[in-house]
This record gives sequence, C-alpha cells and structure tokens, in this order.
Amino acid sequence: MNQKRKIRILVAKPGLDGHDRGARIIARSYRDAGFEVVYSGLHQTPEEVVRAAIQEDVDMIGLSSLAGAHMYLFPRVIELLQENGADDIVVCGGGIFPEDDIAKLKKAGIKELFTPGTPLDEVVKWVEENVNPRGS
Amino acid sequence: MGIAEKIISGDIRSVARLIRDIDDNVPGARKVLKDLYPSTGRAYVVGITGAPGVGKSTLVDQMVTHLRSAGKTVGVLAVDPTSPFSGGAILGDRVRMQRHSMDEGVFIRSMATRGSFGGITQSTRSAIDVLDAMGKDCIIVETVGVGQDEIDIVQSAHTTIIVLVPGMGDDVQALKAGILEIGDIFVINKEDREGADRTVNDIRLMIEMDEKRYKDGWKPPILTAQAVFDKGVKEILDEIDKHRKHLQSSAQIQSMRKYEKARNDLSEMIKDKIIHDVFNEIINSGEFETTLQSIVKGEIDPYTACDTIVLKKLKTGTT
Repeated sequence: MNQKRKIRILVAKPGLDGHDRGARIIARSYRDAGFEVVYSGLHQTPEEVVRAAIQEDVDMIGLSSLAGAHMYLFPRVIELLQENGADDIVVCGGGIFPEDDIAKLKKAGIKELFTPGTPLDEVVKWVEENVNPRGS
Repeated sequence: MGIAEKIISGDIRSVARLIRDIDDNVPGARKVLKDLYPSTGRAYVVGITGAPGVGKSTLVDQMVTHLRSAGKTVGVLAVDPTSPFSGGAILGDRVRMQRHSMDEGVFIRSMATRGSFGGITQSTRSAIDVLDAMGKDCIIVETVGVGQDEIDIVQSAHTTIIVLVPGMGDDVQALKAGILEIGDIFVINKEDREGADRTVNDIRLMIEMDEKRYKDGWKPPILTAQAVFDKGVKEILDEIDKHRKHLQSSAQIQSMRKYEKARNDLSEMIKDKIIHDVFNEIINSGEFETTLQSIVKGEIDPYTACDTIVLKKLKTGTT
C-alpha cells in the first residue's frame, strides 16, 4: 500500500572479531526505524560481505569492527564494491577506531564512522539523511 | 540488452534489483516479469516450512551443499517477518548459509513479509519466477514460522517439507489441520532430543488417519535428521527426488498441479493488484484518512464506507 521504497541495509562483521553484541543492537535500531536489515553473521571476508550486499541489493553496508583490523578490512570492501560496479552502496563503520584511522578511512571512502558512546538515535538519523533507496 | 535478457543470461545485479523492484511495487517490474514468464517453469521448487527455531535455515544450508556437489545450481529465498510496528525487519537467515556466499552457483536472497496485505505471497512467488528464469536448477523457499500465509506460499512449491522438532506436544496438534494438508515430506529435526520417537509416531498417526487426502498415491514419508551435523539430509534429498519422480509419473497429476498453481497464482495476483491499486489511490487522495475520521466520529459505519470505496474504484476501473 505504500509506494515508498524501503531502505535495505547489510550489517556485517568482517574479520576474526567475535563480538557482535554491538552489531545486533544497531541492527535492532535500524529495524525499529523501519529499515530492512540483512544480518550476515560473524567472520565474514570482505569478498563475502560484498557478494551478500549485491545479492541482497542493499543501499548501505554497516561494517562493525572491534578487533583492530579495520585498516585492511574496510578499504578492501570499498575496493571490491568498485570492482563490481557497486560503489553506489554507502558504507559506514562502527567500532573502536583511533582518531588517525578515522580520517584515513574516510579518505578511503567510508562515509562515516561511529565510535562507542554514539547515541542510537544519531546512528539512525544519519542513515535517514545520507542513504537514499537505490533506483529512486 | 534489456533487463529480461540480462536476467536470463544470469546477471546477478539485474536479478537482485528486479527482486527489489518487485518488493517495492515499482510499476516497471511488472513488464519485466511478463517478459520473463516464457522462460520460467524449468526449476524444481522446494518449500520448507515449520515453526521458528526448528532448524529450517540450517537444513537449507546443508541441502544447498548436497545439491551443489550433485552439480545443480541453487536459488534460495528466505523469508523473515516484518515488524508490524515499525515496518522494519531483521533478516537473519543468511547467517546459517554464509559458507555459500562465494559460490557462483548459489543465489541467496532474504525477503521480508512486509505487512499483511498479501504482498509477501505475491513478491515471493514472483521472485521464484525470477530465479527460475535466471536458470537455477533448484529453488528453495524458506518461509517464516507456520501460519495461513506460509501455507499459501508453499502452494507454489513442487515439494513441500514440514520441519518439526521433538517435544512440541500440543503445538503439533494445533498445527495439524493446516500442515498435514500441505506436507509432502515431514522432517523431525534435532532427533537426538528427548521425545523424537513420540513425535514421529504422532505424525505417523495423523498421516494414517488422513489417508484419503493422499489419493494421488503419495504418502508423505517421515524422516529424522540432525541438520546441524548433516545427519539425515541426504535421505531428505532422496525423498525429494522420489516425490519429483512421482509428480512426473502421471500426466493427470501434472495437469492437476499446473491447474492448481495457475488458479492460486491468478487469484493471489488479482487480490494483490486490487488491494494495492485501491489503497494507493485512497491513501494518496486522502480519502482513507477522511473516511477513518468519519468512522471515528460516528458519521458512517465501516461497512458502508468500505462498499462506497470499493464500488467507486471498480466503476472507474483505472490501472
């Protein structure tokens, strides 16, 4: 009954980090904001994340990382999206990142990075303001 | 190359986008579905249903592995519920299937039920056609937990598998009316749990008592499994194969299934289109809201309001 396109988001945890409490809470907040959230579980390679994003036709990928490997994993996701002609998918990250890394990651194409203590409302609002459903 | 040709040639991005457009009710999607229709009808469709947590996704994951080693390409459609409050959804079936994500021969798509206006049955059905047209040999549809709607979806499957776990007791009793009618194969998963034998016996008894329902000659087998350890999964696939051969063995069964499928598809499509068109118009024109206000104020009863809206729409007959 509603012609409006729904925002679809992939929440993924690349790398060997086994803590997904944060990712799940974010996924839940997105759901409560009316987005469709595909959660793909732990221990994903960047290749797997990008494959899933394409098959699911998502508008945004939310990467969670608490284990320190973000400087490899996050830019690799961007690279693979470009290789697959899917760089219209917005990528943001959440987790523990040193200040210097944040600037570098943004330069590499990660649109925004959220660190511990960010209110959930803000994370949701960011999506509403920065992500448009594709094809509309 | 047009979108339909791209899909038939197996282009993943076009397939993914079309399923999205179907879900979002983009008008152009319908045209593509019409173009794809002649290329459908080749895939074998397996429906998997059962209560939440019985192991449907895990079973699907194992089945995909077996089908792939037999050289078959596979499409998976996994449906999870939409929140009735926010309209959002968490689609988590992929978690159990992630090891297939790098396999070119497997396409997995998560879908949300998107409210109660029948949209799910329609978009899932259309998505089956899309994966069929892209050339997948086998399409597995995993439904949300059992209910009336899920039974509807399963009508478009060639073989329907009902997954149960031991210890459901009265739940099984409660479900039997709907479930027994649609199950071609019953799987008691988590067979190591206490009460598995009893569950098998319960189901067997129900099947025996309903024998006249299986007059086309297929009596649903009951299998036990531990999907997480890949135990009993090969046997399930063997039964699917037997069921497929059974369906193909008689021209009468085949034409009956075809007729039933066409009847179901068409009636669901008509319902979906009428609901969608009427709602769109009255919501956009504001008539829905003003009528609601009139009902709240006691100026009109909902029966009259409904008749007025529907009659007017049927007479103007746009679309």
